Amino acid sequence: MHMADALLSPAVGAAGWAVAGGLTIYSAKKLRIAGDEKLVPLMGVSAAFVFAAQMINFTIPGTGSSGHLGGGLLLAAMLGPHAALLAIASVLAVQALLFGDGGLLALGCNTLNLGLFPCFVAYPLYRAVLGHTPTRSRLWMGSLLGAVVGLQLGAFAVVIETLLSGKSQLPLGGFVLLMQPIHLAIGVVEGLATATVLLFVTKARPELFDGEAARAHRAGRSVVVALGIAALLIGGGLSALASTQPDGLEWSISRTAGTEELDAPSDGAHGFLAGLQAKAALLPDYGFGSTPNDGDVDAWPTADAGTSVSGIVGAALTLFIMLGLGFALRRKRATT
Amino acid sequence: MTTLEQRLFDLGRMDLLARQDTAVHRLDPRAKLVATLGFIAVVASFEAHALTELLPFLAYPIALAGFGNVSVRYLLRKAVYVLPFVLFIGIFNPLFEPQVVFRVGPLAVSAGWISCASLVARGLLAVLGALALLAVTGMGNVCAAFEKLGMPRVLATQLLLLYRYLFVLAHDVARMARARSMRSVGNAGMGLSVYGSVLGHLLLRTLDRAERIHLAMRCRGFDGQVRGLSTGRWRVADTLFILGCAACFYAARRYDLTLLLGQLATRLGS
Repeated sequence: MHMADALLSPAVGAAGWAVAGGLTIYSAKKLRIAGDEKLVPLMGVSAAFVFAAQMINFTIPGTGSSGHLGGGLLLAAMLGPHAALLAIASVLAVQALLFGDGGLLALGCNTLNLGLFPCFVAYPLYRAVLGHTPTRSRLWMGSLLGAVVGLQLGAFAVVIETLLSGKSQLPLGGFVLLMQPIHLAIGVVEGLATATVLLFVTKARPELFDGEAARAHRAGRSVVVALGIAALLIGGGLSALASTQPDGLEWSISRTAGTEELDAPSDGAHGFLAGLQAKAALLPDYGFGSTPNDGDVDAWPTADAGTSVSGIVGAALTLFIMLGLGFALRRKRATT
Repeated sequence: MTTLEQRLFDLGRMDLLARQDTAVHRLDPRAKLVATLGFIAVVASFEAHALTELLPFLAYPIALAGFGNVSVRYLLRKAVYVLPFVLFIGIFNPLFEPQVVFRVGPLAVSAGWISCASLVARGLLAVLGALALLAVTGMGNVCAAFEKLGMPRVLATQLLLLYRYLFVLAHDVARMARARSMRSVGNAGMGLSVYGSVLGHLLLRTLDRAERIHLAMRCRGFDGQVRGLSTGRWRVADTLFILGCAACFYAARRYDLTLLLGQLATRLGS
């Protein structure tokens, strides 16, 4: 599932861009060192394959609904993790630009959610299950495990990013309960699809994955590093949440009691992350009669009826002007 | 299957739009990319309950598309498809923020509905911005801009190749999907095994194609870098465009233009 621009704050979006940018540069460097220039057209066409493959559905056994391939794990299995990360990043960029799926600000976060986890966590798992002598059942197991783990981590990352951005009012617990089971189902579907395609191809052209096994051997060593990074990211995100966001229970208590506690240590990462949240916290400080005035960030005009009227009138006028602008430019277009 | 072919047609349409020659199309892709990224970042920077403040920002995609001879309605139609995910998250806000912030007659509007509407507005604006950017710039130029702004070359090449072969493979898929649907009744033949072999065949074909492309590119002296013809040079107009956008975004972020307009109107009216 794609993280959307609407759910992100600029700071979280920029952090995502920074980490994803570092990751792509690292992967590009790894590829250049490997010097396999045959990989370049293969990457391009494989990414296009994933895109095209998403256009056909299959019936999910026993449910009657249909699913399609996500493709992250498949790309990793075909290209190795570094090339696959770049391929996934390119797919996400095209999706963001062409369909508005995800979005430009969310591109970094999406590359992490849908690229980092499948390539550097799920793929090593898949390789580990596959072992040196891949069998049918191992391939099924590996694909399922890889896809489920990759998507669970990705979904959890979406939760963390959304909560850090403070745009959704869902508490952590509820959000996790909402996202994880859905992505468990999606993960199983993804695993099934990946396994069937891989099985077919290994049966038809067993030699295709010989070179890939060698690449995988090198990748195996980075498992620990990748897991470490993932743990750091998740742990960092969680601790920030724990300190600045009340959990479900605390939250409901503070709601009913009408008090807020947003005290976080103001030093280091906590301070930084708390700063990100200061503007758009889970508990916005309007309502309950008080209208705080903190600089230029106005809370929703609560009590003042005059302001509300002005707001509504202004909104109507602005919309009217925007429509007029669009219409005028369209007229211009028709005449030119 | 019409939807598949429609989607393909739609992919091509963005390219056609981008191939026009207007003042907006002539702007440097870097300028448009940076301005659009700035636009999305500023829209995202509003606090969770901003709604009316976001309205003036509609001007950016409308102006970009309007001056670029692109139908805003077309972009809007494309943008609407993306909203379900945002709604899926946002629809829970009313549950968690039930306190009423204002009333319109008998209708009480709670803070949750406002933040939900704010999410939808944000989503629409961001998607409209990105779509407008592509429609007046073109994928190739956006890639070039990304590369000039520091994206690794492998990734830029990768993006170009992906975009190029997207169309070829999508046509393949559309053909295969049509063939499958004509050989099956209803949902028959939609099972996992058929799916696996359809996609497997497509993958084999794709790999063969990659091999052929690679050989052909080697014959033509490919060294890992795609060279474009455009000699994109930064002009004064590009600087002005960036500065203008920055000024407008700043003004709309700093002041609630909608509220000011409303106050002006109500004062004039009374």
